[in-house]
Amino acid sequence: MKMTRLVTGVVLGSMLAAGAVAEELTVVSFGGAYGAAQKKHMLDPYTAKTGNKLLFEDYSGGIAEIKAQVEAGNIQWDVVDIEVIDLERACSEGLLEEIPTSILAPGDDGTPAEQDFIPEALANECGVGNIVWTIVYAYNEKTIGATRPTTIGDFFDTAKIPGKRAMRKRPQVNLEWALIADGVAPDKVYEVLATEAGQKRAFAKLDTIKKDIVWFDSWSQVPQLLNDGGAILGQSANGRIFNAIKEDGKPFKMVWDAHIYDLDVWSVVKGTRKMDLAFDFIRFATGTKPLSGMPDVAYGPTRKSSMALVDPKVVPDLPTSHLKEGIKANGIFWADYGESLGEKFNEWLLQ
Amino acid sequence: MGQDQAITGSDPRLTAGEAALARRELRRHKLIALLLVVPLLLFLLFAFVAPIATMLYRGFNNPAVAQLIPGTLQRLVPWDGTGIPDRAVLTRMALDLRRLAKIRRSGKLAEELNRHLPGASSVVKSTARKLRRKSETELEQKGADLLLAANSLWSKPAIWQAVKKAGQVYTDTYYLTAMDLERTFAGDIQTRQSGQIYVKLYTKTLRMALIITLMCLLLGYPLAYFLANAPPKTANMLMIFVLLPFWTSLLVRTTAWIALLQTNGVINSFLTAASIVTDPLEMLYTEFSTVVAMTHILLPFMILPLYSVMKGIDPSYMRAAMSMGARPLSAFVSVYLPNTMPGLSAGALLVFIISVGYYITPALVGGTKGQMISNIIAFHMQQSNNWGLAAALGTLLLVLILTLYWLYDRFVGAANIKLG
Repeated sequence: MKMTRLVTGVVLGSMLAAGAVAEELTVVSFGGAYGAAQKKHMLDPYTAKTGNKLLFEDYSGGIAEIKAQVEAGNIQWDVVDIEVIDLERACSEGLLEEIPTSILAPGDDGTPAEQDFIPEALANECGVGNIVWTIVYAYNEKTIGATRPTTIGDFFDTAKIPGKRAMRKRPQVNLEWALIADGVAPDKVYEVLATEAGQKRAFAKLDTIKKDIVWFDSWSQVPQLLNDGGAILGQSANGRIFNAIKEDGKPFKMVWDAHIYDLDVWSVVKGTRKMDLAFDFIRFATGTKPLSGMPDVAYGPTRKSSMALVDPKVVPDLPTSHLKEGIKANGIFWADYGESLGEKFNEWLLQ
Repeated sequence: MGQDQAITGSDPRLTAGEAALARRELRRHKLIALLLVVPLLLFLLFAFVAPIATMLYRGFNNPAVAQLIPGTLQRLVPWDGTGIPDRAVLTRMALDLRRLAKIRRSGKLAEELNRHLPGASSVVKSTARKLRRKSETELEQKGADLLLAANSLWSKPAIWQAVKKAGQVYTDTYYLTAMDLERTFAGDIQTRQSGQIYVKLYTKTLRMALIITLMCLLLGYPLAYFLANAPPKTANMLMIFVLLPFWTSLLVRTTAWIALLQTNGVINSFLTAASIVTDPLEMLYTEFSTVVAMTHILLPFMILPLYSVMKGIDPSYMRAAMSMGARPLSAFVSVYLPNTMPGLSAGALLVFIISVGYYITPALVGGTKGQMISNIIAFHMQQSNNWGLAAALGTLLLVLILTLYWLYDRFVGAANIKLG
């Protein structure tokens, strides 16, 4: 071990000595339309302002890759955009650095950061809120047929709406939806899902559509699947569908029933050697101006001062305008149950 | 070897001095030869032997829990596995959980225990979350009660048995899990209660590898025969068609199959347009697509050794057999086929062994139904971070292939193989 480190050190050292040392930060997010909006409003302006180079990479969410890097002591990512549904778990497992609120910039109108951010955005010490987004399902008006789906029950009703359903290959959200479709009241979902019987019930409901599910890993696959007929209904982050409708003129429709809304936060991977630079980037990216660009893809900004800059025409499409129909993703529940339900989910997939 | 003996042995024609000189010269040659292969040996050591040895070791070695809660484990030693352990153990566990929660390591403990008792993860994590807020002195006094109050599972023997089992630094758990077995607390081996998937996957992998090998053989044998007997110009031309895909990136070829097989892909569009089927066939993300794509990708491994062997078979053998009255079929079976055996064995073995451990193609076109064992190994390496189980599964795969190779050597003879 020591020997390997020594060798790596020597090799790295000589490489550094050979080339000029530029400040370079690896920033990881979800790609697609959302990634493009982040690049436009956060990364490019940051590089223009500071001259620091940013490597912008895509991932498909979850904590596995961060965990593998931290456990192997081989940190390749510095700043990661992570869903709050995974944040609590990543934070309590020691995979993320704590971010002091003192690094955050005040709003452009002078409001101190702590009052400018919505409370959920700073609720966890490992992340700084970036957007409010939600998971809905959508369909293509050209392929849907005569009956239109309106509820989450329809998503699970293959008699009413025959055809493939695209779902993200992980237990989060799918199990919640299965229970709601099976008649559990939305505010009781996590309570039921914490019981053995509740978990069985959720998997039994998923069983009813198992052969009609197309699994995807990355959010950017959904508009594609809906477009080329690979799926009739598709679970999706609302921004991806919004962008496909607005930018590409796709005839997609969103169903808001039982949507599960959540925040995305910027976080810093534990053990990064570029902590100061990472904090500097987060300070910039969560400023009033960069955040006000997120509604480009129908994601709500987490600062009140940014909300004031949002085009009023977009407001009805923001998740914050649909809170009554949805439920809030429970990060604490998934911190505790993510591991065991993840295992059950994978065994269920292989059965 | 014979020459060595002639020099080093006491050749009567050499004087003692000459023999010594010859021996020295030989040693020098050997040393130079050794120096020339040193880089290769070092490479093999670091890139092949060491990783495999580490893998074998990781399948047994499991130090995480023993490092996380040494105090609890030590106090748990006298416990016999029935009822609840005494209060000293409970108190220590409460303190350990609080300490782990503070340093953010409770997740690791939860993950490890969950492998022995599915569902334990959430219990450990939620308890650690609750105990984190208590003070150390409070836990020292009534840690046991707080632990029992935090979750009812702490009053069941199952979780303590899991703690004790997970605390063993050297364990056969991973190897047993890889064979869908588990050890009861009493020490008996039984089939795994919480689901059996791995044996099924190994069987499926072997079955798919066998089908792929047969497909390659059926497609490759006639083609290799044709190539070997065609005029050189045609043969060279056709050989390029065999080699071109062989040189093309694996990802490109796999992605091409996605474009061909998907729901609205080339094949389905053609079939529906020609009114052969009304609804598009479901071909992508199935076992079928994995077999088709892998047969295509591995075909050159079958054709090339077959071709080189067939090229060396004298056409007069077949003529001789037929001139002596053998019908074409029996001449083929008793003369030509045995002559191609070395190439056939080599090709079949290559295709079979490569496909047993194949990863990329099943991952891309296999969906959930076309997954093979290597995909699950990758899953445990990258997603569930269960490196012990991944190591055990990998080791079993290695053992399986070595066994098959041994069987092959036993019944067909490995000396028979000819690669080209």
